[in-house]
Amino acid sequence: MAGATTAGRAHAPSASSKYFRKLSATPGQIALALGIAVFLAFFLIVPVGTVIYVAFTEKGTGEFTLVNFLDFAQTDLFIRSFWNSFYVSAMSVVVASVLALPLAYITTRFEFRGAMLIQTLGFLPLIMPPFVGAVAMLLLFGRNGTVNLLLNDWFGIKIPFMEGLNGVIFVQAVHYFPFILINLSAALRNIDRAMEEAAQNLGSSGFRLFRRIVFPLAMPGYIAGASLVFVKVFDDLATPLLLNVKDMLAPQAYLRVTSIGIADPMGYVISVVLICMSILAMWISARAMRGKDYATVQRGGGGLAKRQMRPWESVLAYGAVLLILLLVLAPHIGLLLLSFATIWSFSPLPDSFTVAHYGRVFGESFVYVKNTLIYASIAGLIDVVLGTAIAYLVLRTKLIGREWLDWAATAALAIPGVVLGIGYLRTFYGVQLPDGTPLATLWIMIVLALAIRRLPYALRACYAALQQISVSLEEAAENLGATKVRTVRRVVLPLMAGGILAGFVTSFATAAVELSATLMLVQSNADAPLAYGLYVFMQSAAGRGPGAALGVIAVLLVALCTFASHLIIEKSQKAKAAGR
Amino acid sequence: MLRHSVAAAALISTALFMGPAFAQSGKVTVVTSFSKDVTDPFKQAFEKAHPGVTLDVQNRNTNAGVKFVEETKANNQVDVFWASAPDAFEVLKGKGLLQKHKPKAEGIPEKIGSYPINDPENYYSGFAASGYGIMWNDRYAKANNLPEPKDWQDLAKPVYHDHVAMAAPSRSGTTHLTIETILQGEGWEQGWRTLKEVSGNFRQITERSFGVPEAVNSGQVGFGIVIDFFAFSSQASGFPVKFVYPTVTTIVPANVAVIANAPNKAGAEAFVDYLVSPAGQEVLLEPSIRRLPVNPAVYAKAPADYPNPFKDTSLGAKVKFDVNVSEKRTNAVDVLYDQTITFQLDALKAATKAIHDAETALAKKDNAEGKALVKEARDLVAAMPISEQQASSPEIAGAFTGGKEKGARQAELEQQWAAFAKERYQQAQAKAEQALKLAR
Repeated sequence: MAGATTAGRAHAPSASSKYFRKLSATPGQIALALGIAVFLAFFLIVPVGTVIYVAFTEKGTGEFTLVNFLDFAQTDLFIRSFWNSFYVSAMSVVVASVLALPLAYITTRFEFRGAMLIQTLGFLPLIMPPFVGAVAMLLLFGRNGTVNLLLNDWFGIKIPFMEGLNGVIFVQAVHYFPFILINLSAALRNIDRAMEEAAQNLGSSGFRLFRRIVFPLAMPGYIAGASLVFVKVFDDLATPLLLNVKDMLAPQAYLRVTSIGIADPMGYVISVVLICMSILAMWISARAMRGKDYATVQRGGGGLAKRQMRPWESVLAYGAVLLILLLVLAPHIGLLLLSFATIWSFSPLPDSFTVAHYGRVFGESFVYVKNTLIYASIAGLIDVVLGTAIAYLVLRTKLIGREWLDWAATAALAIPGVVLGIGYLRTFYGVQLPDGTPLATLWIMIVLALAIRRLPYALRACYAALQQISVSLEEAAENLGATKVRTVRRVVLPLMAGGILAGFVTSFATAAVELSATLMLVQSNADAPLAYGLYVFMQSAAGRGPGAALGVIAVLLVALCTFASHLIIEKSQKAKAAGR
Repeated sequence: MLRHSVAAAALISTALFMGPAFAQSGKVTVVTSFSKDVTDPFKQAFEKAHPGVTLDVQNRNTNAGVKFVEETKANNQVDVFWASAPDAFEVLKGKGLLQKHKPKAEGIPEKIGSYPINDPENYYSGFAASGYGIMWNDRYAKANNLPEPKDWQDLAKPVYHDHVAMAAPSRSGTTHLTIETILQGEGWEQGWRTLKEVSGNFRQITERSFGVPEAVNSGQVGFGIVIDFFAFSSQASGFPVKFVYPTVTTIVPANVAVIANAPNKAGAEAFVDYLVSPAGQEVLLEPSIRRLPVNPAVYAKAPADYPNPFKDTSLGAKVKFDVNVSEKRTNAVDVLYDQTITFQLDALKAATKAIHDAETALAKKDNAEGKALVKEARDLVAAMPISEQQASSPEIAGAFTGGKEKGARQAELEQQWAAFAKERYQQAQAKAEQALKLAR
């Protein structure tokens, strides 16, 4: 929004404002939209375009053709992959909702000790360091993981948690349910208490109150989270590959793009299909919300009324919360064990424990931690600034083509990291600094790649937050003589704060463990983030323990930052409530 | 947002004018797929031997490394490429991205086993050797009462069904060489038959080489077809794993090359020379590395049980490996394996299981008709969509390289081959099930 402020102030002469109102946008808004478009063009569309245009060229001649898409439709493997991806994504949304709904509802709606801690813990699954997370998960839930070894000893059975498509659904739901949790919680906190009270006065209570009033009002948050889960699962390649499920679309694209020596357009064709599907999913979710008004005028002091639970309710609630947390945090418990384990092989628990792995990574992890913090926070900031600006342009102006900003940003979800990495090298390596260093070797390029990759997360959060704010508040401010810029700064932004923070945290945390684009762009160890350090360790048998130790450090780091931001939300809401 | 891009532009322009003076003297940039456990000891030893020189190690997987060198060739900043897979070096050489350099080292023979150690044109040099073999988790084997395998054919036995893993040949240059070794050693038809019989017992076909030792180490899979040092370094880290070289194995060199237009050519050549010098070769013996030196004299300093391919003639000597044959059909073999095995693994496994069951039943109650059906089923599984001559024909090779000439597209071939295999696996399963009924 910083851009809106400057640009808006510079070009808001009141004489011509009537003329511009006819265009439904102020010059400031137009400039802002153009600025964002240029940014996306430079750092997303052009680099990616230089890579995937191959999808539209004919073999041999290089001329434009659509025959590759015909091949896609005629290949059984791709069609099978397409439906598998679709099924897995849809089911992951269902399972993730089952995990997220109780946590979000219980912690925002009741006086519940440790609500903040639960919000933080419930967020951790999103931060799954590459490779080690997978190993930890297999050591617990795999065919010969802790759970199955014990079950086999006791009852002579094994449960295929991690087999085939259902395994992918299980892992994806655990991994991505925080998207729903965090967005839904933010939305629940934003509901006006008066709505609930009105319903209660009219005799509604209990589940009916939740179903008819509370949940519908929180719908923007839920849809934001659910659509992210769907698209992310559809586009994710790491989890299926870890479980050796290859007949899904994203893994197929990855395998083809990264095989050496083979020049095959199909990997890029699949990328194009992924991008189209992501945009389609976002368009449908926007469609579903159209014509409904979720905004409430009055901002409740701290959202819904929090109430005491009766004793049996308490037991039930704590039981449910603990069970869910235990399930979703299992990978992190496994990671922690692994980081202290000497040897952990075909046994329920490690043979013995040691702190040597931490000793090994302690010296060198400092530079990784520093880089990760710098990269992820700058990327997170870029993302919330862009996210807020795009959400504002889409929801509050009538600029022609404004949705395209949203869709372009969302398309970033579908682009495999390695494609973005190659695109950056191709676009920016030729650009040289005066001393001959290529532009692409600067660490700021890693930051920009991370920001682009994580922009959709922040964007969805900001979008949902703005959807919940009634336009009439802004109109009131403007009627009282405030300029658009002042209205945005004094009214819109403070009301969106919770959503913006949620967006920042999601972008920050996931950027902190991102690897695929980073691996292409890291130019020296001194510029490397944690995920890269982890990768370097995880390529050898002796590196498993140190890798896990680095993974734990990464998770703790992100968890601390998340906890701090939750503290801030809580504080600010308490302050608001007190001021009422 | 505008302010942000202004800030970014400002940042970039400041960097433009204040960019750090790029000290080239003394820095050697190495792109490698080797893990820290391998690169750290070499970095230390090399920097000690050449004071004032720093080795800047950039870890990337082989594919990313090749792509990186290729994409950045216009303004190359990399001096050395250092990795296992010979095919990655072939790709780089083919694209003119390597610089000729003949290391000044003495006592290194022409060949190890039957594989030439150095590129005949001196674009890249072997510095360590590795052989393929079978690695297994001892606890897993004991818990499941599985015998210790000795040879590839053992892994085709029914007891190992669903217990074996391997990396896909299209994803791992060294697995590709193993496949090619079996194909050349046993011939095209028989070779694929063996491969499919073994693959029918697979639990997983992983997409990265290290995925296999990782799965065996953690006990998720019992047996893995891996390159020897994965097993040796796992043993050195304390994992309960064992390893055996089968009778048919190739010993292949891991390589190093100087990149064309290297910013520090002298430093790059010094590093390559160091790797093949006696001092550099000795670093290979460290427990966390455990690769086979290419200098036979260095084995004198190795521990007693260290495999020595120069003495132990069973290692790699049995196979005559023809690089030219391999080169012509590299992509065809990889894609054939992926389309008929990797992506059809469920169907192949179902057919294999049915055949095993039928054979077990027939062993108890003989039935001539049943036996004939099982033989038919085995032949159906082994059938390949194209012949050896077709595989190395320019028409098929051209489909994978995106060459200028018009021809069949890769996707078309893939669909044909996959459909061919799938149909036959289903028929094979039906025949084996029929045979099982006859034996009841």
